[in-house]
Amino acid sequence: MNQSAQKENDFAVVSDQLAPIREMVQTCIQCGTCTGSCPNAFAMDCTPRKLWRMVMMGQKDAIFQSKTFGLCSSCYYCTLRCPRGLPLTEAMAALKQIAARENLEPYKKSVRFYKSFVNSVRRHGRVREMEFMTLYFFSMKDPFLPLKFAPLGMKLMSKGKVSVQIPSKGQRRLESLFQKVEELEAKP
Amino acid sequence: MKYQYYPGCSLEGTALEYNISTQALMKAVGAELSEIDDWTCCGASAAESTSYLLSLALPARNLALAEKMDGLSDILVPCSACYLNLKKVEEKIRKDIDLLEKINAVLEEEELRLHGKLRVRHLLDVVANDIGPDKITDRVKKPFSDLKIAPYYGCQCLRPYAVFDDPEDPRSMEPLIEAIGAKVYPWEMGGKCCGASHMNTKMEVGLELVHAILHSAKGADAIVTVCPMCQMNLEAYQQKISKKYQEDLSITILYLPQLLGLAIGLSEKDLRLDLNLAITKDFRKKLKEM
Repeated sequence: MNQSAQKENDFAVVSDQLAPIREMVQTCIQCGTCTGSCPNAFAMDCTPRKLWRMVMMGQKDAIFQSKTFGLCSSCYYCTLRCPRGLPLTEAMAALKQIAARENLEPYKKSVRFYKSFVNSVRRHGRVREMEFMTLYFFSMKDPFLPLKFAPLGMKLMSKGKVSVQIPSKGQRRLESLFQKVEELEAKP
Repeated sequence: MKYQYYPGCSLEGTALEYNISTQALMKAVGAELSEIDDWTCCGASAAESTSYLLSLALPARNLALAEKMDGLSDILVPCSACYLNLKKVEEKIRKDIDLLEKINAVLEEEELRLHGKLRVRHLLDVVANDIGPDKITDRVKKPFSDLKIAPYYGCQCLRPYAVFDDPEDPRSMEPLIEAIGAKVYPWEMGGKCCGASHMNTKMEVGLELVHAILHSAKGADAIVTVCPMCQMNLEAYQQKISKKYQEDLSITILYLPQLLGLAIGLSEKDLRLDLNLAITKDFRKKLKEM
Protein backbone atom coordinates (compact mmCIF):
# COMPACT_ATOMS: atom_id res chain seq x y z
CA MET A 1 0.00 0.00 0.00
CA ASN A 2 1.42 3.37 -0.85
CA GLN A 3 1.70 6.03 1.82
CA SER A 4 -1.32 8.13 0.90
CA ALA A 5 -3.56 5.04 0.66
CA GLN A 6 -2.31 4.02 4.12
CA LYS A 7 -3.21 7.48 5.42
CA GLU A 8 -6.69 7.39 3.97
CA ASN A 9 -7.18 4.03 5.55
CA ASP A 10 -6.07 5.37 8.92
CA PHE A 11 -8.49 8.25 8.78
CA ALA A 12 -11.41 6.07 7.60
CA VAL A 13 -11.56 4.26 10.94
CA VAL A 14 -11.96 7.48 12.90
CA SER A 15 -15.04 8.62 11.01
CA ASP A 16 -17.70 7.32 13.40
CA GLN A 17 -15.50 8.11 16.39
CA LEU A 18 -16.07 11.77 15.55
CA ALA A 19 -19.82 11.54 16.22
CA PRO A 20 -19.67 12.15 19.99
CA ILE A 21 -17.31 15.09 19.46
CA ARG A 22 -19.66 16.56 16.87
CA GLU A 23 -22.34 16.42 19.53
CA MET A 24 -20.11 18.30 21.99
CA VAL A 25 -19.59 21.25 19.62
CA GLN A 26 -22.95 21.09 17.86
CA THR A 27 -24.15 24.53 18.94
CA CYS A 28 -20.89 26.35 18.12
CA ILE A 29 -21.67 29.78 16.66
CA GLN A 30 -18.18 30.26 15.18
CA CYS A 31 -17.57 33.41 17.21
CA GLY A 32 -13.85 32.73 17.64
CA THR A 33 -13.67 33.40 21.39
CA CYS A 34 -11.82 30.08 21.74
CA THR A 35 -9.19 31.13 19.21
CA GLY A 36 -8.77 34.56 20.79
CA SER A 37 -8.30 32.95 24.21
CA CYS A 38 -5.94 30.13 23.21
CA PRO A 39 -2.33 30.62 24.39
CA ASN A 40 -1.13 28.15 21.76
CA ALA A 41 -3.03 29.52 18.76
CA PHE A 42 0.13 31.21 17.50
CA ALA A 43 1.68 27.80 16.85
CA MET A 44 -1.38 26.16 15.27
CA ASP A 45 -1.85 25.63 11.55
CA CYS A 46 -5.61 25.96 11.89
CA THR A 47 -7.39 27.84 14.66
CA PRO A 48 -9.63 26.17 17.26
CA ARG A 49 -12.68 27.92 15.77
CA LYS A 50 -11.92 26.42 12.38
CA LEU A 51 -11.28 23.01 13.93
CA TRP A 52 -14.81 22.89 15.40
CA ARG A 53 -16.23 23.70 11.97
CA MET A 54 -14.17 20.86 10.49
CA VAL A 55 -15.57 18.52 13.15
CA MET A 56 -19.13 19.60 12.25
CA MET A 57 -18.41 18.99 8.57
CA GLY A 58 -16.80 15.62 9.28
CA GLN A 59 -13.56 16.62 7.55
CA LYS A 60 -11.56 13.90 9.23
CA ASP A 61 -8.50 14.10 6.99
CA ALA A 62 -8.06 17.80 7.62
CA ILE A 63 -8.66 17.40 11.37
CA PHE A 64 -6.14 14.63 11.82
CA GLN A 65 -3.51 16.20 9.61
CA SER A 66 -3.62 19.52 11.48
CA LYS A 67 -1.50 20.15 14.55
CA THR A 68 -4.26 21.96 16.37
CA PHE A 69 -5.62 19.59 19.02
CA GLY A 70 -2.14 18.25 19.80
CA LEU A 71 -1.18 21.78 20.81
CA CYS A 72 -3.93 22.12 23.41
CA SER A 73 -2.27 22.45 26.84
CA SER A 74 -5.57 22.20 28.78
CA CYS A 75 -5.54 25.74 30.18
CA TYR A 76 -9.37 25.81 29.99
CA TYR A 77 -9.60 29.45 28.90
CA CYS A 78 -11.80 28.49 25.91
CA THR A 79 -14.07 26.32 28.07
CA LEU A 80 -14.41 29.14 30.58
CA ARG A 81 -15.19 31.81 28.00
CA CYS A 82 -17.24 29.96 25.36
CA PRO A 83 -20.53 31.88 25.18
CA ARG A 84 -22.34 28.62 24.37
CA GLY A 85 -20.80 26.86 27.37
CA LEU A 86 -19.31 24.08 25.23
CA PRO A 87 -16.77 21.66 26.78
CA LEU A 88 -14.06 22.61 24.29
CA THR A 89 -11.05 21.42 26.28
CA GLU A 90 -12.74 18.03 26.64
CA ALA A 91 -13.42 18.00 22.91
CA MET A 92 -9.71 18.60 22.29
CA ALA A 93 -8.93 15.71 24.65
CA ALA A 94 -11.44 13.48 22.81
CA LEU A 95 -9.53 14.14 19.57
CA LYS A 96 -6.27 13.28 21.34
CA GLN A 97 -7.88 10.02 22.50
CA ILE A 98 -8.69 9.06 18.91
CA ALA A 99 -5.12 9.83 17.84
CA ALA A 100 -3.84 7.64 20.69
CA ARG A 101 -6.24 4.79 20.00
CA GLU A 102 -5.41 4.70 16.32
CA ASN A 103 -1.71 5.53 16.72
CA LEU A 104 -2.00 8.26 14.11
CA GLU A 105 1.36 9.14 12.61
CA PRO A 106 1.21 12.98 12.87
CA TYR A 107 0.79 12.71 16.65
CA LYS A 108 3.43 10.07 17.20
CA LYS A 109 5.51 12.11 19.63
CA SER A 110 2.71 13.15 22.00
CA VAL A 111 0.99 9.77 21.80
CA ARG A 112 4.17 7.91 22.73
CA PHE A 113 4.90 10.38 25.50
CA TYR A 114 1.45 9.93 27.07
CA LYS A 115 1.44 6.15 26.58
CA SER A 116 4.85 5.83 28.21
CA PHE A 117 3.52 7.76 31.19
CA VAL A 118 0.33 5.70 31.46
CA ASN A 119 2.26 2.44 31.11
CA SER A 120 4.51 3.40 34.00
CA VAL A 121 1.38 4.03 36.12
CA ARG A 122 -0.13 0.70 35.04
CA ARG A 123 2.99 -1.11 36.23
CA HIS A 124 3.69 0.68 39.47
CA GLY A 125 0.56 2.60 40.48
CA ARG A 126 2.53 5.81 40.77
CA VAL A 127 4.50 7.30 37.93
CA ARG A 128 8.23 6.84 38.00
CA GLU A 129 9.50 9.93 36.24
CA MET A 130 12.80 8.52 35.03
CA GLU A 131 11.30 5.19 33.97
CA PHE A 132 8.64 6.88 31.95
CA MET A 133 11.11 9.17 30.19
CA THR A 134 13.25 6.10 29.40
CA LEU A 135 10.20 4.31 27.98
CA TYR A 136 9.47 7.40 25.90
CA PHE A 137 13.03 7.59 24.54
CA PHE A 138 12.94 3.89 23.59
CA SER A 139 9.59 4.24 21.86
CA MET A 140 10.80 7.21 19.78
CA LYS A 141 13.87 5.26 18.57
CA ASP A 142 15.77 8.54 18.30
CA PRO A 143 19.26 8.28 19.79
CA PHE A 144 19.59 12.06 20.00
CA LEU A 145 16.35 12.73 21.84
CA PRO A 146 17.71 11.90 25.34
CA LEU A 147 20.50 14.44 24.80
CA LYS A 148 17.94 17.24 24.73
CA PHE A 149 16.89 16.33 28.25
CA ALA A 150 20.33 15.42 29.59
CA PRO A 151 21.20 18.78 31.21
CA LEU A 152 17.96 18.90 33.20
CA GLY A 153 18.19 15.18 34.01
CA MET A 154 21.68 15.62 35.41
CA LYS A 155 20.61 18.63 37.47
CA LEU A 156 17.67 16.72 38.94
CA MET A 157 19.85 13.68 39.64
CA SER A 158 22.48 15.77 41.40
CA LYS A 159 19.73 17.07 43.69
CA GLY A 160 18.59 13.50 44.32
CA LYS A 161 15.13 14.29 42.94
CA VAL A 162 15.22 11.49 40.40
CA SER A 163 17.34 8.37 40.03
CA VAL A 164 18.09 6.03 37.15
CA GLN A 165 15.19 3.66 36.74
CA ILE A 166 15.43 0.75 34.36
CA PRO A 167 11.93 0.00 33.08
CA SER A 168 10.52 -3.00 34.90
CA LYS A 169 7.23 -4.85 34.82
CA GLY A 170 6.67 -3.98 38.48
CA GLN A 171 3.80 -5.61 40.35
CA ARG A 172 1.35 -4.70 37.56
CA ARG A 173 -0.22 -2.69 40.33
CA LEU A 174 -3.26 -1.38 38.44
CA GLU A 175 -3.53 -4.11 35.80
CA SER A 176 -7.10 -5.18 36.59
CA LEU A 177 -8.34 -1.58 36.76
CA PHE A 178 -6.78 -0.84 33.37
CA GLN A 179 -8.22 -4.04 31.86
CA LYS A 180 -11.70 -3.22 33.08
CA VAL A 181 -11.46 0.28 31.57
CA GLU A 182 -10.40 -1.27 28.24
CA GLU A 183 -13.22 -3.79 28.38
CA LEU A 184 -15.86 -1.09 29.07
CA GLU A 185 -14.49 1.26 26.42
CA ALA A 186 -14.52 -1.50 23.80
CA LYS A 187 -18.28 -1.87 24.24
CA PRO A 188 -20.27 0.19 21.75
CA MET B 1 -8.16 21.73 61.06
CA LYS B 2 -7.83 18.22 59.69
CA TYR B 3 -7.28 17.15 56.10
CA GLN B 4 -6.73 14.00 54.15
CA TYR B 5 -3.57 14.50 52.15
CA TYR B 6 -3.05 13.54 48.51
CA PRO B 7 0.55 14.47 47.57
CA GLY B 8 0.60 12.98 44.06
CA CYS B 9 3.55 11.51 42.17
CA SER B 10 5.51 14.68 41.40
CA LEU B 11 5.69 15.53 45.09
CA GLU B 12 7.59 12.29 45.68
CA GLY B 13 10.15 13.12 42.98
CA THR B 14 10.85 16.34 41.15
CA ALA B 15 8.68 18.42 43.51
CA LEU B 16 9.82 16.91 46.80
CA GLU B 17 10.41 20.38 48.26
CA TYR B 18 6.75 21.25 47.61
CA ASN B 19 5.70 18.20 49.63
CA ILE B 20 8.07 18.88 52.51
CA SER B 21 7.35 22.62 52.67
CA THR B 22 3.58 22.03 52.52
CA GLN B 23 3.78 19.63 55.45
CA ALA B 24 6.08 21.98 57.38
CA LEU B 25 3.78 24.97 56.89
CA MET B 26 0.64 23.05 57.79
CA LYS B 27 2.27 21.74 60.94
CA ALA B 28 3.40 25.24 61.91
CA VAL B 29 -0.14 26.60 61.68
CA GLY B 30 -1.62 23.65 63.54
CA ALA B 31 -3.31 21.83 60.69
CA GLU B 32 -3.25 18.05 60.73
CA LEU B 33 -2.63 16.05 57.56
CA SER B 34 -3.15 12.33 57.13
CA GLU B 35 -1.92 10.87 53.89
CA ILE B 36 -4.41 8.70 52.01
CA ASP B 37 -3.32 5.05 52.36
CA ASP B 38 -2.13 3.37 49.19
CA TRP B 39 -2.88 6.32 46.90
CA THR B 40 -1.98 5.98 43.22
CA CYS B 41 -1.45 8.33 40.26
CA CYS B 42 -4.32 10.67 39.29
CA GLY B 43 -3.56 10.17 35.59
CA ALA B 44 -2.01 13.63 35.14
CA SER B 45 -2.67 14.99 31.65
CA ALA B 46 -1.58 11.69 30.10
CA ALA B 47 -4.65 9.62 30.99
CA GLU B 48 -7.03 12.16 29.47
CA SER B 49 -4.99 12.13 26.29
CA THR B 50 -5.43 8.37 25.92
CA SER B 51 -8.77 7.36 27.47
CA TYR B 52 -11.70 9.29 28.93
CA LEU B 53 -12.82 6.55 31.31
CA LEU B 54 -9.27 5.99 32.55
CA SER B 55 -8.93 9.73 33.22
CA LEU B 56 -11.86 9.45 35.64
CA ALA B 57 -11.18 5.99 37.07
CA LEU B 58 -7.64 6.82 38.22
CA PRO B 59 -8.58 9.84 40.36
CA ALA B 60 -11.81 8.11 41.47
CA ARG B 61 -9.76 5.29 42.98
CA ASN B 62 -8.09 7.80 45.29
CA LEU B 63 -11.36 9.47 46.25
CA ALA B 64 -12.82 6.06 47.12
CA LEU B 65 -9.77 5.28 49.26
CA ALA B 66 -10.18 8.61 51.04
CA GLU B 67 -13.82 7.83 51.79
CA LYS B 68 -12.66 4.65 53.54
CA MET B 69 -10.35 6.57 55.86
CA ASP B 70 -11.48 7.74 59.30
CA GLY B 71 -13.54 10.88 59.44
CA LEU B 72 -14.87 12.82 56.52
CA SER B 73 -12.44 15.68 56.23
CA ASP B 74 -11.64 17.52 52.99
CA ILE B 75 -8.92 16.22 50.69
CA LEU B 76 -5.96 18.59 50.47
CA VAL B 77 -4.09 18.57 47.13
CA PRO B 78 -1.03 20.76 46.46
CA CYS B 79 -0.55 19.86 42.76
CA SER B 80 -2.92 21.71 40.43
CA ALA B 81 -3.10 18.89 37.87
CA CYS B 82 -3.94 16.31 40.56
CA TYR B 83 -6.41 18.78 42.06
CA LEU B 84 -8.28 19.23 38.80
CA ASN B 85 -8.40 15.50 38.06
CA LEU B 86 -9.83 14.71 41.49
CA LYS B 87 -12.15 17.75 41.38
CA LYS B 88 -13.45 16.75 37.96
CA VAL B 89 -14.68 13.42 39.33
CA GLU B 90 -16.26 15.14 42.34
CA GLU B 91 -18.13 17.56 40.03
CA LYS B 92 -19.11 15.09 37.32
CA ILE B 93 -20.55 12.33 39.50
CA ARG B 94 -22.72 14.84 41.32
CA LYS B 95 -24.61 15.45 38.09
CA ASP B 96 -24.32 12.11 36.34
CA ILE B 97 -25.38 9.00 38.23
CA ASP B 98 -24.79 6.73 35.20
CA LEU B 99 -21.20 7.88 35.04
CA LEU B 100 -20.78 7.14 38.75
CA GLU B 101 -22.06 3.60 38.15
CA LYS B 102 -19.62 3.13 35.27
CA ILE B 103 -16.73 4.36 37.42
CA ASN B 104 -17.83 2.04 40.21
CA ALA B 105 -17.87 -0.88 37.77
CA VAL B 106 -14.16 -0.19 37.25
CA LEU B 107 -13.44 0.35 40.95
CA GLU B 108 -15.02 -2.99 41.78
CA GLU B 109 -11.82 -4.53 40.40
CA GLU B 110 -10.05 -2.87 43.34
CA GLU B 111 -12.87 -3.73 45.76
CA LEU B 112 -13.64 -0.07 46.14
CA ARG B 113 -16.80 1.98 45.84
CA LEU B 114 -17.16 5.73 45.38
CA HIS B 115 -20.06 7.65 46.90
CA GLY B 116 -18.99 11.26 46.41
CA LYS B 117 -18.94 12.28 50.06
CA LEU B 118 -15.72 14.29 50.14
CA ARG B 119 -14.66 17.72 48.98
CA VAL B 120 -11.43 18.19 47.05
CA ARG B 121 -9.50 21.32 48.05
CA HIS B 122 -6.44 22.95 46.53
CA LEU B 123 -3.62 23.91 48.89
CA LEU B 124 -4.01 27.57 47.90
CA ASP B 125 -7.73 27.46 48.78
CA VAL B 126 -6.95 25.99 52.20
CA VAL B 127 -4.11 28.41 52.96
CA ALA B 128 -6.05 31.47 51.76
CA ASN B 129 -9.41 30.62 53.31
CA ASP B 130 -9.09 28.06 56.15
CA ILE B 131 -5.80 29.30 57.56
CA GLY B 132 -6.09 32.85 56.29
CA PRO B 133 -3.66 35.79 56.20
CA ASP B 134 -4.18 36.77 59.88
CA LYS B 135 -2.86 33.47 61.17
CA ILE B 136 0.19 33.93 58.96
CA THR B 137 0.75 37.54 60.08
CA ASP B 138 0.59 36.45 63.75
CA ARG B 139 3.48 34.08 63.16
CA VAL B 140 5.76 36.26 61.03
CA LYS B 141 9.32 36.32 62.37
CA LYS B 142 11.11 37.59 59.27
CA PRO B 143 9.03 40.21 57.50
CA PHE B 144 9.71 40.30 53.77
CA SER B 145 9.57 44.08 53.68
CA ASP B 146 10.22 45.67 50.34
CA LEU B 147 10.40 42.37 48.46
CA LYS B 148 8.21 42.27 45.37
CA ILE B 149 6.54 38.93 44.82
CA ALA B 150 4.73 37.97 41.61
CA PRO B 151 1.90 35.50 42.30
CA TYR B 152 1.65 32.83 39.60
CA TYR B 153 -1.50 30.68 39.73
CA GLY B 154 -1.27 28.82 36.43
CA CYS B 155 -4.39 27.25 34.96
CA GLN B 156 -5.80 24.19 36.58
CA CYS B 157 -6.42 25.46 40.10
CA LEU B 158 -8.50 28.25 38.53
CA ARG B 159 -10.23 26.71 35.53
CA PRO B 160 -12.64 25.33 34.51
CA TYR B 161 -14.08 25.18 38.06
CA ALA B 162 -14.19 28.58 39.74
CA VAL B 163 -14.06 27.24 43.29
CA PHE B 164 -12.09 29.75 45.36
CA ASP B 165 -10.86 32.48 43.04
CA ASP B 166 -11.73 34.49 39.96
CA PRO B 167 -10.57 32.38 37.01
CA GLU B 168 -10.02 35.49 34.87
CA ASP B 169 -8.44 37.73 37.49
CA PRO B 170 -7.07 35.62 40.34
CA ARG B 171 -6.22 37.45 43.57
CA SER B 172 -6.26 34.82 46.34
CA MET B 173 -2.47 34.89 46.87
CA GLU B 174 -2.32 38.65 47.36
CA PRO B 175 -3.46 38.86 51.01
CA LEU B 176 -0.99 36.08 51.83
CA ILE B 177 1.91 37.93 50.22
CA GLU B 178 0.89 41.09 52.07
CA ALA B 179 0.57 39.10 55.30
CA ILE B 180 4.33 38.53 55.35
CA GLY B 181 5.08 42.20 54.70
CA ALA B 182 5.97 41.76 51.02
CA LYS B 183 4.57 43.69 48.10
CA VAL B 184 2.49 42.13 45.37
CA TYR B 185 4.24 42.64 42.04
CA PRO B 186 1.58 43.90 39.65
CA TRP B 187 1.40 41.86 36.45
CA GLU B 188 -1.09 40.29 34.09
CA MET B 189 0.44 36.83 33.83
CA GLY B 190 -0.81 35.22 37.05
CA GLY B 191 -3.42 33.02 35.39
CA LYS B 192 -1.72 32.48 32.03
CA CYS B 193 -0.55 29.09 30.78
CA CYS B 194 3.05 27.84 31.14
CA GLY B 195 2.56 25.29 28.36
CA ALA B 196 2.36 22.30 30.72
CA SER B 197 3.97 19.25 29.08
CA HIS B 198 4.75 21.09 25.82
CA MET B 199 8.24 21.48 27.23
CA ASN B 200 8.70 17.75 26.62
CA THR B 201 7.07 17.24 23.26
CA LYS B 202 6.88 20.72 21.66
CA MET B 203 9.69 22.57 23.34
CA GLU B 204 9.66 25.61 21.03
CA VAL B 205 6.04 26.36 21.99
CA GLY B 206 6.74 25.82 25.69
CA LEU B 207 9.75 28.14 25.60
CA GLU B 208 7.68 30.89 23.99
CA LEU B 209 4.98 30.73 26.69
CA VAL B 210 7.46 30.62 29.57
CA HIS B 211 9.44 33.47 28.03
CA ALA B 212 6.35 35.70 28.11
CA ILE B 213 5.87 34.93 31.80
CA LEU B 214 9.51 35.43 32.84
CA HIS B 215 9.77 38.61 30.78
CA SER B 216 6.71 40.10 32.51
CA ALA B 217 8.18 39.30 35.91
CA LYS B 218 11.28 41.41 35.32
CA GLY B 219 11.48 43.75 38.30
CA ALA B 220 10.00 41.26 40.77
CA ASP B 221 12.21 39.58 43.37
CA ALA B 222 10.54 36.20 43.01
CA ILE B 223 7.66 34.36 41.37
CA VAL B 224 5.57 32.17 43.64
CA THR B 225 3.86 29.04 42.31
CA VAL B 226 1.29 26.49 43.49
CA CYS B 227 1.90 23.68 40.99
CA PRO B 228 4.90 21.41 40.35
CA MET B 229 4.51 21.60 36.55
CA CYS B 230 4.44 25.41 36.56
CA GLN B 231 7.37 25.49 38.98
CA MET B 232 9.51 23.19 36.81
CA ASN B 233 8.71 25.10 33.62
CA LEU B 234 9.51 28.45 35.19
CA GLU B 235 12.70 27.41 36.98
CA ALA B 236 14.41 24.83 34.77
CA TYR B 237 14.69 26.60 31.41
CA GLN B 238 15.75 30.10 32.44
CA GLN B 239 19.24 29.84 30.97
CA LYS B 240 18.00 28.41 27.71
CA ILE B 241 15.32 31.08 27.36
CA SER B 242 17.68 33.91 28.35
CA LYS B 243 20.07 32.76 25.63
CA LYS B 244 17.37 32.33 23.02
CA TYR B 245 15.73 35.70 23.60
CA GLN B 246 18.98 37.48 24.49
CA GLU B 247 17.95 38.99 27.79
CA ASP B 248 18.72 37.98 31.37
CA LEU B 249 15.57 36.36 32.69
CA SER B 250 16.95 34.66 35.78
CA ILE B 251 14.59 35.04 38.71
CA THR B 252 13.88 33.18 41.93
CA ILE B 253 10.98 30.71 41.76
CA LEU B 254 9.52 29.50 45.05
CA TYR B 255 6.55 27.40 46.05
CA LEU B 256 3.98 29.32 48.10
CA PRO B 257 4.55 27.28 51.32
CA GLN B 258 8.29 27.92 50.98
CA LEU B 259 7.74 31.69 50.84
CA LEU B 260 5.30 31.72 53.74
CA GLY B 261 7.41 29.22 55.67
CA LEU B 262 10.53 31.42 55.44
CA ALA B 263 8.59 34.40 56.76
CA ILE B 264 7.21 32.56 59.76
CA GLY B 265 10.68 31.42 60.74
CA LEU B 266 11.00 27.93 59.30
CA SER B 267 14.55 27.20 58.18
CA GLU B 268 15.75 26.81 54.60
CA LYS B 269 16.45 23.22 55.52
CA ASP B 270 12.89 22.66 56.80
CA LEU B 271 11.62 23.97 53.47
CA ARG B 272 14.27 22.24 51.33
CA LEU B 273 15.33 25.36 49.49
CA ASP B 274 18.40 23.39 48.42
CA LEU B 275 16.19 21.48 45.98
CA ASN B 276 14.97 24.53 44.06
CA LEU B 277 16.52 25.07 40.65
CA ALA B 278 16.25 28.85 40.51
CA ILE B 279 17.22 30.97 43.50
CA THR B 280 19.31 33.96 42.49
CA LYS B 281 22.35 35.24 44.39
CA ASP B 282 20.58 38.53 44.82
CA PHE B 283 17.60 36.84 46.47
CA ARG B 284 19.87 34.84 48.79
CA LYS B 285 21.55 38.06 49.83
CA LYS B 286 18.22 39.68 50.63
CA LEU B 287 17.17 36.60 52.62
CA LYS B 288 20.32 36.85 54.73
CA GLU B 289 19.82 40.53 55.39
CA MET B 290 16.28 40.08 56.65
